Amino acid sequence: MTALLDQTDVETLDATAVNAATRRQPLYAPRKKIFPKAVSGSFRRFKWLVMLVTLGIYYLTPWLRWDRGPYAPDQAVLVDLANRRFYFFFIEIWPQEFFIVAGLLVMAGFGLFLVTSTVGRAWCGYTCPQTVWVDLFLAVERFFEGDRNARIRLDQAPMSARKLSLRVAKHATWLVIAVATGGAWIFYFADAPALVRDFATGEAAPVAYITVAVLTATTYVFGGLMREQVCTYMCPWPRIQAAMLDESSLTVTYNDWRGEPRSRHAKKAAAAGQPVGDCVDCNACVAVCPMGIDIREGQQLECITCALCIDACDSVMDKIGRERGLISYATLADYNANMAVATAGGATAIDPARVRANDGRLLPGLAHFHLKKLFRPRTFVYFAVWSLVGVGLLYALLTRDRLEVNVLHDRNPQYVLLSDGSIRNGYTVKLLNKIPEPRTLVVTLEGLEGATMSALGVEAEEGRSFSVAVEPDRLKTLKVYVRQPAEAIAGAGAAESFRFVVADKSSFETDSYVASFEAPESRR
Amino acid sequence: MSEKEIDDVSGVATTGHEWDGIKELNNPLPRWWVWTFYATIIWALGYTIAYPAWPMISSATRGVLGYSSRGDIRAALDAAEAAKGDYVAAVSQKSVSEILADDKLREFATAAGAAAFKVNCVQCHGSGATGSPGYPNLNDDEWLWGGKPEDIYKTISHGVRFAADDATRISEMPAFGAILDTAQIRQAAAHVASLSGTPSNAEAAAAGAAVFAANCASCHGADGKGNREFGAPNLTDAIWLYGSGEAAIAAQIRAPHHGVMPAWTARLGDTAVKELAVYVYSLGGGE
Repeated sequence: MTALLDQTDVETLDATAVNAATRRQPLYAPRKKIFPKAVSGSFRRFKWLVMLVTLGIYYLTPWLRWDRGPYAPDQAVLVDLANRRFYFFFIEIWPQEFFIVAGLLVMAGFGLFLVTSTVGRAWCGYTCPQTVWVDLFLAVERFFEGDRNARIRLDQAPMSARKLSLRVAKHATWLVIAVATGGAWIFYFADAPALVRDFATGEAAPVAYITVAVLTATTYVFGGLMREQVCTYMCPWPRIQAAMLDESSLTVTYNDWRGEPRSRHAKKAAAAGQPVGDCVDCNACVAVCPMGIDIREGQQLECITCALCIDACDSVMDKIGRERGLISYATLADYNANMAVATAGGATAIDPARVRANDGRLLPGLAHFHLKKLFRPRTFVYFAVWSLVGVGLLYALLTRDRLEVNVLHDRNPQYVLLSDGSIRNGYTVKLLNKIPEPRTLVVTLEGLEGATMSALGVEAEEGRSFSVAVEPDRLKTLKVYVRQPAEAIAGAGAAESFRFVVADKSSFETDSYVASFEAPESRR
Repeated sequence: MSEKEIDDVSGVATTGHEWDGIKELNNPLPRWWVWTFYATIIWALGYTIAYPAWPMISSATRGVLGYSSRGDIRAALDAAEAAKGDYVAAVSQKSVSEILADDKLREFATAAGAAAFKVNCVQCHGSGATGSPGYPNLNDDEWLWGGKPEDIYKTISHGVRFAADDATRISEMPAFGAILDTAQIRQAAAHVASLSGTPSNAEAAAAGAAVFAANCASCHGADGKGNREFGAPNLTDAIWLYGSGEAAIAAQIRAPHHGVMPAWTARLGDTAVKELAVYVYSLGGGE
């Protein structure tokens, strides 16, 4: 046991949590700087991976090509605001199909519930753009100015040529990243290769430059200068997400049931017969925290659950030969169960001897996280709703019409008496060709015996059908006149309904619209 | 207040204001807020120099940028005019038929014509161009002066029975009240009604045939199909400008109405008249 508690190679860091609840600065005081220390471990590696993937998606997506034929852009992901089309690989969305995007937002909402109720604020810790870019900016800062202690020294040092050059290099790199970030955004809204040329030669639209300028400014200020303040003061997410947690959600937890009482001189304390917890009070968890908090004070609003303190603590536990997981992802239920063991049901102060054998191993029977704890009614309901919406969207997407007809009956006049006594009704017929290929569509009357029709601007004999060419990916508006002879009208009941049927003879797609034919009462 | 009162709990000075025992703390405003406030004051001062602002005795200061909201509208209108300049030029150079044959030009002219129609024509012809007794329905296929694009253009351009225009469309049916007696007029009316299959007194109609042949056929034709040369309407169809039925026809024979339409080229210009012709033609009855 003595050997295990030998902590000569554990550096005790001089780190104070600047954001702790008990030490929180008044709102009128200037921000206290945070100098997060570098850390290595499995969560850090995972975060690098997440950063690589998310930034890769963000920067590279606009450059992916997708062949849609000669009549549509070949950019895989494109929000074409000018033409009101949204392209996503094989999917093309018209404005009236925007419900699909609304459905995705519903899915995102339930996905957020699902993720938060299981793994807590994982969004904040790993994938939130603020977190990812701050992480990137910190890596840049560390590259130029060194790790925590070097940065603190540099910050306190008077201005010198070296300090100035390091600062300039850091801020310049930040700005380059910020420009690239703002620059990538605009490529989602126009053909990327053409836009990058125009942008460089000064021929792009002013809105492109303004957008890049604004996003450069926000990236630089939020990622480089404001950092954790964005999460703590500006973001509503921590408040919303905290409300979705329950006692079975994973949060980054300091397991004080095995850590307390903490001691920097465990050996001496143990010799004196005092209870000694696993925490050696090295402050590693505080020094690595990008939010500047002390996780040992419990779950708090500022914590984005990035899990870097877990990595820091695990490496210390490895050094002193204790089991990992003094700081770990744990549920409140497990934590409470173990705490009850350590305090004998709350009767006494924490005594690590109740949870730990003499050799430092944790006793069996303690609650541990297990994957199956994720499966509970709440997560099932979230998952069910989430997948239901997803399946519904998929169904809507796969069965949607690529050919549509909409008809609007003239309101003024509703009908026109012609010289031979027949009645004519006017309709605005809109043909929607939603595929990027030109089509010839045949419009036919169904019902309304004896009636004939003609369309303005379409060369065709007056009859029961006509064909018309529609441009690729466009809507064609036709003025159509339907005429019913006098003898067919007399004796008919109320307004007769009939159908406009539109068909693409080559693809066998059809659509129809029920319209009504009006005639004056006296002719009925 | 001579002395600052310090709040025990927060350690912050109070303003001395008190409501029901609740005292207002004199917390300082956040610095970013204060500086933003100062910036807005400076901005406001600069703004009143750059833009019209300070009221004077008879007007206000003009501002060094020379901005005015009227000028803004003028510029926007000019830009709108310039944007449709190509179309307007094409419309002014082409004939109505040529405009109708060109999809884009037809679309433009129809929209422009619809706008002009709503301002100048709806008073008589109605917002749906359906007319009313005495004012022709422009949707149907009955045309007193011809329904071809160029005919419509000419009618709008020169008007009908419009004295101030030499090329105006003109026809004048005599008032037969002074020529025929009442019985003859009734017989002629019954005959005319029977031409279009409208219920009529068969006996009178038969007698009226002779009256019609003697007095009406010269303009309306022996078969009553009318003649556009003289502006004589077709009497065999279902459309009646001054009302159908024997009584209405008899009234028109006795003392005919002669509707007047102004000539529009002098007032709206040739381009607008072409646009109106395209619009009227596109209402569906054009020939």
